[in-house]
Amino acid sequence: MLVRFFYQLRGAGLPVSVTEFLTLLEAMKHGLGGGDVNAFYYLARSTLVKSEAHFDRFDQVFGDYYRGVEKVFGPDSVEVPDEWLRRQAELLLSPEERQRIESLGGFEALMDALKQRLEEQKKRHQGGNRMIGTAGTSPFGAYGFNPEGVRIGQDGSRHRRGAKVWDRREYRNLDDDVQLGTRNIKIALRRLRRFARHGAEEELDLDDTIRSTARQGGLLDIKMVPERHNAIKVLLFLDIGGSMDDHIRLCEEMFSAARSEFKHLEYFYFHNCVYESVWRDNRRRHAARTPTMEVLRTYGRDYKLIFVGDATMSPYEIIYPGGSVEHWNEEPGSVWMQRLLEYYGKAVWLNPEPEQRWDYTPSTGLLRDLLNQRMFPLTIRGLERGMKELM
Amino acid sequence: MTLDRFSGTDRYVATEDLMAAVNAAITLGRPVLIKGEPGTGKTQLAEEVAEALDRPFYEWHIKSTTKAQHGLYEYDAVARLRDSQLGDGRVKDIRNYIVKGRLWEAFESERQPVLLIDEIDKADIEFPNDLLRELDRMEFYVHELKETIQARLRPIVIITSNNEKELPDAFLRRCFFHYIRFPDQETMEQIVEVHYPGLKKTLLAEALRTFFEVREVPGLKKKPSTSELLDWLKLLLAEEIPAEALASDDRRKSLPPMHGALLKNEQDVHLFEQLIFLNRRDAR
Repeated sequence: MLVRFFYQLRGAGLPVSVTEFLTLLEAMKHGLGGGDVNAFYYLARSTLVKSEAHFDRFDQVFGDYYRGVEKVFGPDSVEVPDEWLRRQAELLLSPEERQRIESLGGFEALMDALKQRLEEQKKRHQGGNRMIGTAGTSPFGAYGFNPEGVRIGQDGSRHRRGAKVWDRREYRNLDDDVQLGTRNIKIALRRLRRFARHGAEEELDLDDTIRSTARQGGLLDIKMVPERHNAIKVLLFLDIGGSMDDHIRLCEEMFSAARSEFKHLEYFYFHNCVYESVWRDNRRRHAARTPTMEVLRTYGRDYKLIFVGDATMSPYEIIYPGGSVEHWNEEPGSVWMQRLLEYYGKAVWLNPEPEQRWDYTPSTGLLRDLLNQRMFPLTIRGLERGMKELM
Repeated sequence: MTLDRFSGTDRYVATEDLMAAVNAAITLGRPVLIKGEPGTGKTQLAEEVAEALDRPFYEWHIKSTTKAQHGLYEYDAVARLRDSQLGDGRVKDIRNYIVKGRLWEAFESERQPVLLIDEIDKADIEFPNDLLRELDRMEFYVHELKETIQARLRPIVIITSNNEKELPDAFLRRCFFHYIRFPDQETMEQIVEVHYPGLKKTLLAEALRTFFEVREVPGLKKKPSTSELLDWLKLLLAEEIPAEALASDDRRKSLPPMHGALLKNEQDVHLFEQLIFLNRRDAR
């Protein structure tokens, strides 16, 4: 019983374990989730799925499974001639058009209308917005778009819409919610923690107390140690302007998350590549610059170096003197990068561009080589990998 | 053991899926893990379950420094050492220096208790793993006494998480899971009705519309949640602000009245002021 459902869930990549499956069966033995399919759906979801990010996938599998069961028991399984449904073309609608397409009513109404339509229809039909066929905007048929449509003979859901509780797919946006975004970044950054004892003494050091009490012949001598704090120091270099404008939002989030996570965070801006000077205030970028040598002198080797930039520029900006687009640089960017990287042993470059696109820009490859492949995409996974590298 | 069903209270609106998860946990005696946006009533749920089923209620609030051991018991070695120097007679019995934790207290309850483990994700990553056996078997061993403490009646365990950390798989597998989704307009009306019965229809409609509009504004650092809406309504009622003051025309030109209850971040307030400025300029 339900074994096929279990394997379908696993097949969809949901981490469902046997224990959880047995729990579900046990709950059903106690009479939970009986009666109607909604109750069963809620029970199964709370037993088998342990993350809201997986709710959506569960909804889809449940929908498929439920439809299969319905097909066996339901009275009205509609037979549609195969030939009509063979894929010929796909109609791509613009979002505005999609919005314009309205639903006909509930699932029941759709099924009724479908039966009627089938009787009216005589020929194979393609396009248009009323008859069954492919690539149209009628609620019936496949490869078209209607938010409440009935899917006939289509392998997978293309636009991922349909109707019922699990079909409402309310959890679709949960993983990429903006609020969760900043939070996710913070969690990823939190990997970069190294606790050390600093400041006022406020915790009891039990071992030391026992030792020193024993040494004093049993006279209680309480020893305290300072509480532990995150002692990681971070030096952040942010690329600003030009092609980075596309990534402002992501970088802002990253920056605000970093500010709240690290007590010792120093940050500087640069444009495209680091040269002999960087700046802290973008409004006074030409007036108040900090020589890179001074940065090297001020912040010790125990700082970890994080660059954030898209590494997209002309290769000349990295390898030739005078290659900078903003000023005449005596020494090429690569020399300055090397100086920084030699001094600070731990360094990573976080790139907001998707990883697949890195190979298309030679400058990205150049910087990646300079960093010994320590370039990571600015995604949660990339951040986690990067933080591991920095530890 | 009688089978109890939780179906919300007169102060708490429970959705169908929430009830399914809580009732499954009650029936099978396994913990239920509740996640959701801050301010959607995760902590309150446990109180309401205890209230509705008339059970003793134990809360254990987790902090970043909390260890699993704190919930079981602590051995106060320093007090014993001090007493031994002062020649106190209590020193002879180690029991005098064992301080019971919340879990132990709940295990000793005469009637089946409700135990809330609040914000489990605040603690160290190992914390949930350290509680696996305790929550599974509802028993633990006290080394100092050489005794196993067993729960008289399996407590109804409700655990909340704010999603700050991933919880270990082994732990998740033993729980029922529920994610409190942000309530839709209909549920929200029910919630408000439960808290402020007989609120003027017009005021409620305007307030809810303003509230959902504020939530829709892109780029907000902290979206207002249910608890903020309820606080805001309380203020509106206390200040006797009429429904007309919330009407749409007014809102474009100024911040909603008492906005401090909804927007808790000066950057968000600033964002709103900028939007209003743009709207005014467009209107001209």
